[in-house]
Amino acid sequence: MERSTYDLWVGIFVAAGLAALLVLAFKAGNLGASDIGPGYTIKANFDDVGGLKVRAPVKASGVVVGRVTEIRFDPVRYQALVTMKINDAYRFPMDTTASILTSGLLGDQYIGLDAGGDSVMLKDGDTIRLTQSAVVLEKLIGQFLFNKAGEGGKTSAGLPSTAKAGGS
Amino acid sequence: MMSKLFSPVRKLGHAIIDAVLRLGFAARFFVAVIMASGTSFRRFSLVIREIYIEGFMSLIIISVSGLFVGMVLGLQGYNTLQRFGSESALGVLVALSLLRELGPVVAALLFASRAGTAMTAEIGLMKSTEQLVAMDMMAVNPLSRVIAPKFWAGVISMPLLAAIFSAVGIFGGYLIGVRFIGVDAGTFWSQMQAQVDVRTDVLYGVYKSFVFGIVVTVIALFEGFDAPPTAEGVSRATTRTVVISSLAILVLDFVLTAFMLGGN
Repeated sequence: MERSTYDLWVGIFVAAGLAALLVLAFKAGNLGASDIGPGYTIKANFDDVGGLKVRAPVKASGVVVGRVTEIRFDPVRYQALVTMKINDAYRFPMDTTASILTSGLLGDQYIGLDAGGDSVMLKDGDTIRLTQSAVVLEKLIGQFLFNKAGEGGKTSAGLPSTAKAGGS
Repeated sequence: MMSKLFSPVRKLGHAIIDAVLRLGFAARFFVAVIMASGTSFRRFSLVIREIYIEGFMSLIIISVSGLFVGMVLGLQGYNTLQRFGSESALGVLVALSLLRELGPVVAALLFASRAGTAMTAEIGLMKSTEQLVAMDMMAVNPLSRVIAPKFWAGVISMPLLAAIFSAVGIFGGYLIGVRFIGVDAGTFWSQMQAQVDVRTDVLYGVYKSFVFGIVVTVIALFEGFDAPPTAEGVSRATTRTVVISSLAILVLDFVLTAFMLGGN
């Protein structure tokens, strides 16, 4: 075969391979979707971030408006400090509430923003004051059991006396 | 009496020394190929010709296998996921299993049996018909003229083939999952895009297939170069290429995966 024919077919092969890589990166991967465009960063302190991860979405009314860029432990306040980048197109009042929510019963966790009524808007580097921590299932179950035990204590308080009465 | 008693032990020792010796030869061969690859880049048409033979000619088997592997993943994945009511995760399952494991590994196994054997047989035959010696006599280094272009062609082709395998496989999963079974196309793609990370999933697959490309071509070329110059020797070398490179791919895959997951 001639050399130019080889060149042609190898060119097609390499182009197909690179196209496959691009398809994988953009269609299967999140290269196109992950970037939320130009934005500003805001911070929020949480008592407990639960299973929140870096790059988790920040949603307002279910619409993705930004992403979590950093999660750190604040050694001064003993709280988690979450930094997030919000798209420039969206502005939120100063008294916005940030809560860590779960999509579905077992889904990934994300930050939900509920806008308040303040006329001053959050700027780059501001901190959200009102936050609500993640619901940790273990704590919830623990509390439930504790409450149940509390109720049980009241009813079982009468039991020993009856048992004693029965036994004697 | 004693010598009879010790003969199995002696055989074991011989086998191990032999294996270590061959490993050492292979490592020196690898270094020699790297040192001799200057010509491959000065005369890149040599590499292009080999990419045509190794890469382009493997395209059909890679695409057809990728399509069927993706279709099977779609069927099996749907069947298992719908028991837990989470068939919306089908896209994630298909994409992650192809990108992380099946794409690099199966493409490398196919490459070893499609292109690796051809390389071994060609070089073994060139050796047994004394073409390599003849080249040396004409002051042409066979390492730089014949072997190094094949090596670089394999290293370049392997990641591309693995990427094509994964892309065609995801299309196969889409074909079965969305077109045939009827999973919602929106959830299929959006879940996939939400869960597949370019750096950890797509790029790790590329790294893997790059390593496999080096390993498979070095094994195939070394087996051919080292084959006894007889018909039987060449046939045994070809068999060994498939066996050793398949084992190397699977073992290396585990090691690489352990490193990549351990890094997170």
